[in-house]
Amino acid sequence: MHFDAFDRYHEKQSFIHHLDPRVKVVITVIFIISNALLPDGAWLAFGLGWVFLLFTNSLSGLGPGYTLKRSLVALPFALIAITVLFSIPGKPIFSFHLFMWNPVITDAGLLRFVSILIRSWLSVQMAILLVATTRFPDLIHALEHLRVPAILTTIIAFLYRYLFVLTDEVFRLIRARESRSAAAPGKKVGGGVLWRAKVAGNMAGQLFLRSYERSDRIYQAMVARGYTGHLYTLNAHEMKSRDYYVTAFVILLIFTLQVIGRL
Amino acid sequence: MHYSPVPMHIPDGFLSLMISIICWIATASVIGLAISKTNKSLGEKQIPLMGVMAAFIFAAQMINFPVAGGTSGHLLGGALAAIVLGPWAGMLVMTAVIAVQGLLFQDGGLVVMGANILNMGLVTAAVGYGLYRATSSQSKSVRLAVAGVAAWLSVMTGALLTSVELWLSGTSDLQIVIPAMLGVHALIGLGEALITVSALAFIMQTRPDLLGGESESAKGSQTWAYVGALIAIIVVLFSPLASSDPDGLERVAMNMGFINAGQSAPYSIIPDYTLPFLGETAISTILAGIIGVIVVGAAIMLIGRGMKAKA
Repeated sequence: MHFDAFDRYHEKQSFIHHLDPRVKVVITVIFIISNALLPDGAWLAFGLGWVFLLFTNSLSGLGPGYTLKRSLVALPFALIAITVLFSIPGKPIFSFHLFMWNPVITDAGLLRFVSILIRSWLSVQMAILLVATTRFPDLIHALEHLRVPAILTTIIAFLYRYLFVLTDEVFRLIRARESRSAAAPGKKVGGGVLWRAKVAGNMAGQLFLRSYERSDRIYQAMVARGYTGHLYTLNAHEMKSRDYYVTAFVILLIFTLQVIGRL
Repeated sequence: MHYSPVPMHIPDGFLSLMISIICWIATASVIGLAISKTNKSLGEKQIPLMGVMAAFIFAAQMINFPVAGGTSGHLLGGALAAIVLGPWAGMLVMTAVIAVQGLLFQDGGLVVMGANILNMGLVTAAVGYGLYRATSSQSKSVRLAVAGVAAWLSVMTGALLTSVELWLSGTSDLQIVIPAMLGVHALIGLGEALITVSALAFIMQTRPDLLGGESESAKGSQTWAYVGALIAIIVVLFSPLASSDPDGLERVAMNMGFINAGQSAPYSIIPDYTLPFLGETAISTILAGIIGVIVVGAAIMLIGRGMKAKA
């Protein structure tokens, strides 16, 4: 497996790709907070937020609808908000029979439900755009600049660095399990659920030991090359004037969006 | 690729800003404590160890086993991480795992990440380790059995906390979300318990030194046993209470001013240019004006910096 097999980065030369990663992280977070702050049913502001998103997407050169395609990841979670359709008192607009219940959808409930979905949908698309235009190591570096404790960012960097190695290890374990799971035609194989869970657990234990021993070797190798507890980087990020202008512009834009959402 | 999302990761938009911030504050304080504790007990070796262990938890979540009807069970890992690495290191490892799931795979939001780390990383590690720690002097089979119960309870605690956060944000109805979440996670927790127990049994059999040989300081004090037991008791008592008498709970939250804080905070920080908690007074209009000035000031400052910086 290639080392960046998990990265969602798309190599491009675009305005958004060239922005400082810090700026992109800050803008993404501000945009998501702004969505959370907008009142239910602020359709105009939600719409303008979407326009902002589309504009950013088009600047990134990823092609129209790029974020749209991947934005459905959060959709299953909508199930959890479905109860607000019925629980908020308001004018009934639709009712049906379900076994012994007789749920009534209210207008206020529908308003809240749709607003929650839109907030989530806009936010997740901005996050998708962030990782599609920023290399993950740059993202971690940006977090460090933004005062996330170095020990956490370093653990995350290690996670990212060794994830593909351990994933390969998992695939080896799974392949080994599969190659020993042959079945004669017509015969039931594989044992009960308990036995299968036990095998999965043994595999997790084995993966733990292999990872643990690997971390020992990694540590020794690092010490051998002069590791003292700090990691150094050649890629010193520097904020350019464009980065400041863009941040200022977006802050004003989002503030305006908030005012519009409350008119 | 080859990444299957785990339930319980809350996406952005489902929690109110107020609840997100409260969770971030709780999470950040616990992480701060965990950093200072691990710094003392593990030294410079901790970083490669915890980093690779974080990748281990992430990869271990890919090991699944078929249950029935196309569904499969797999590990979440909070309890296992805390038991094999100690509670503080386990918490940092889980934090990194959840951060990467949110950042890289959009499995869980960014602003709500504090809540996700709290529910799936910190609380699961505390419960899992606490209960396991209470049996440190017992026989092997007792320890394994307790580890299973601890793993199951850690998942249930996380699910309960998630439900309460969703309810306080006005996203779900308490009467429905608690039984639904706890029902689903009672099964998920069973898978978690089975995998955790057999993984531990495997490690005990092949490398017992890794579980027993750590120094006392790395394992944490006996306090953990009390913390874990306490949280477990709260979960056990709270869940039936919450599902049988949600109105009672709602009243408590109402009295504490929580429900209104959760539900109305998102849409009333500056309604009509006044601040809600100050009322329609001149002062609140002035304050709303000041917030506007601060925002514009920040923008101007950034533009100024931009003019100074190299193009």
